[in-house]
Amino acid sequence: MSALLEVRGVTKSFGGLTAVSDVSFDVEAGSVVGLIGPNGAGKTTTFNLITGNYRADRGTIRFEDRAIDRMRTHKIVQAGIARTFQNVRLFQQLSAVENVLAGRHCRTKSGALGALLRPPWQVREEREAAARAVEELAFVGLSGHAMELAKNLAYGDQRRLEIARALAADPRLVILDEPAGGMNEQETEELIGLIGRIRKRGITILLIEHDMSLVMRACEHIVVLEYGEKIAEGPPASIQANPRVIEAYLGTEEV
Amino acid sequence: MAARTTTRLAIGYALAVAFIAAAPLFLDAYWLDVLNSVGLYVLLALSLNLILGDAGLFNMGHAAFYAVGAYTTAILSTRFQIPILWTLPASAVVAALFATLVARPVVHLRGDYLLVVTIGLGEIVRIALVNDVFGLTGGANGIFGIARPTVFGLKIRRPHEFLYLIWAFVAVTVLLFHRLEQSRFGRALNYLREDPVAAEGSGVNTARYRLLAFALGAAWAGMTGTLYAAKMTIISPESFGFWESVVLFLMVILGGSGSIPGVILGATLVVVLPEVFRGFASARMLVFGLVMMVMMVVRPQGLLAFRILRFKESDVRRAGASQ
Repeated sequence: MSALLEVRGVTKSFGGLTAVSDVSFDVEAGSVVGLIGPNGAGKTTTFNLITGNYRADRGTIRFEDRAIDRMRTHKIVQAGIARTFQNVRLFQQLSAVENVLAGRHCRTKSGALGALLRPPWQVREEREAAARAVEELAFVGLSGHAMELAKNLAYGDQRRLEIARALAADPRLVILDEPAGGMNEQETEELIGLIGRIRKRGITILLIEHDMSLVMRACEHIVVLEYGEKIAEGPPASIQANPRVIEAYLGTEEV
Repeated sequence: MAARTTTRLAIGYALAVAFIAAAPLFLDAYWLDVLNSVGLYVLLALSLNLILGDAGLFNMGHAAFYAVGAYTTAILSTRFQIPILWTLPASAVVAALFATLVARPVVHLRGDYLLVVTIGLGEIVRIALVNDVFGLTGGANGIFGIARPTVFGLKIRRPHEFLYLIWAFVAVTVLLFHRLEQSRFGRALNYLREDPVAAEGSGVNTARYRLLAFALGAAWAGMTGTLYAAKMTIISPESFGFWESVVLFLMVILGGSGSIPGVILGATLVVVLPEVFRGFASARMLVFGLVMMVMMVVRPQGLLAFRILRFKESDVRRAGASQ
């Protein structure tokens, strides 16, 4: 039985800089996996390779036993991987519910002609998409904010709205890029609860996070990158005790 | 709030329809012709709004698609004696195909880059027409002798007859475009405008929607070209120059990018105001220019930026209730 997501020997360079070098790891179905490392370690680049925003120079990425490393981003979403962004990327001038509906896009069909003629199936599809969007808003705790413009939401709410948009796409794997970034302690606490609830829905989670207490509590498997290379991998306890990881985060003591 | 906006909009449209319907009673032929111009520009501005306002693609060569439609009709009418209104779908299809073809290699360009490319496109089309491409376009003189349209056996030739033809087309267009913006398709265009990376990352095929925006906008501009050719009976390249594209761009931005009522108002003002100020002779364009500058400083979002919430509160409530 192969893993849900298999990253194998992935390398990506920008000009002379090798951002990700020969990185391999697995994400098992149903798990919460953390990708950590100091700034510039290549975490977000790795995410962008998985989601098709970048093309790997070498290596393969397989999702549910399908090669996805040559697929375009929207196709990868359709295949079942949804994401959030490090610097929240919402549709600022649109309402919260419209933002979530973006996630429904790849699961619905009606086109321009359907919009002009409005056949009954199109009306039904719209209604079902709206119901689902409202449901996802409630799921992340934004019930009352459906009609608010994304730009008017508090920062923590914007992060949760992004998660709702990702969940609306019926993903099997959700990739969260620093979900707790800019959140206060209480919001982070709620986020850990939310991650648990997402997992209960049977959705696998891969996340980048700098908040170590969140990573250690929420993740059962951690992959550590430094200078684009994987330096360690394992359950939280072993990562915390790993001398190379400690060295990467704290630096070596000069003797 | 949303409900009130919708009501106000319905009242606005009802007043506009009443005004247009009764216009022949109190306006002379000259002003009826101005109204016909307004109608054509409203159509063009609305078609550009799909591309520029809804999808956020900076297109300053929209007159090219208008020209393709007008010339399609002119050629079909003068060479093959095809009745004018039958050429409407042909103009739409030819303009849409043309747009798809030329936009495909450049449509991924962002903002200002796309703007420059589309300016080039508009000029190429104009120059091609002047140089009589394929011996079909009649060069700088254009094509004359385009037949008058016939509706249910009635030959349309006088200004007030054109008024009803053009504005009926406007009414249908407004209805359809409102439906379009309140749909999955319309939302996809908005996602594209707001953040293409997030749109693609949410599962929207952004490349496809960029092309669809161009194709649909061009199709409508093409059909407007048909109406224009029918009204003028003579068309020539000078009607489809760079200035035309600039004016259309202006109407959309001035009225309220992405807002259908805003764009209608923008088109109306840009056509009517210079007529009203005709008394000032050459100073009128100066005044007009100043008004534009002040507008953009004071109200950069456009005159009627209020947008009909694509998704209304009632939709959300109904969705919540059906769970």
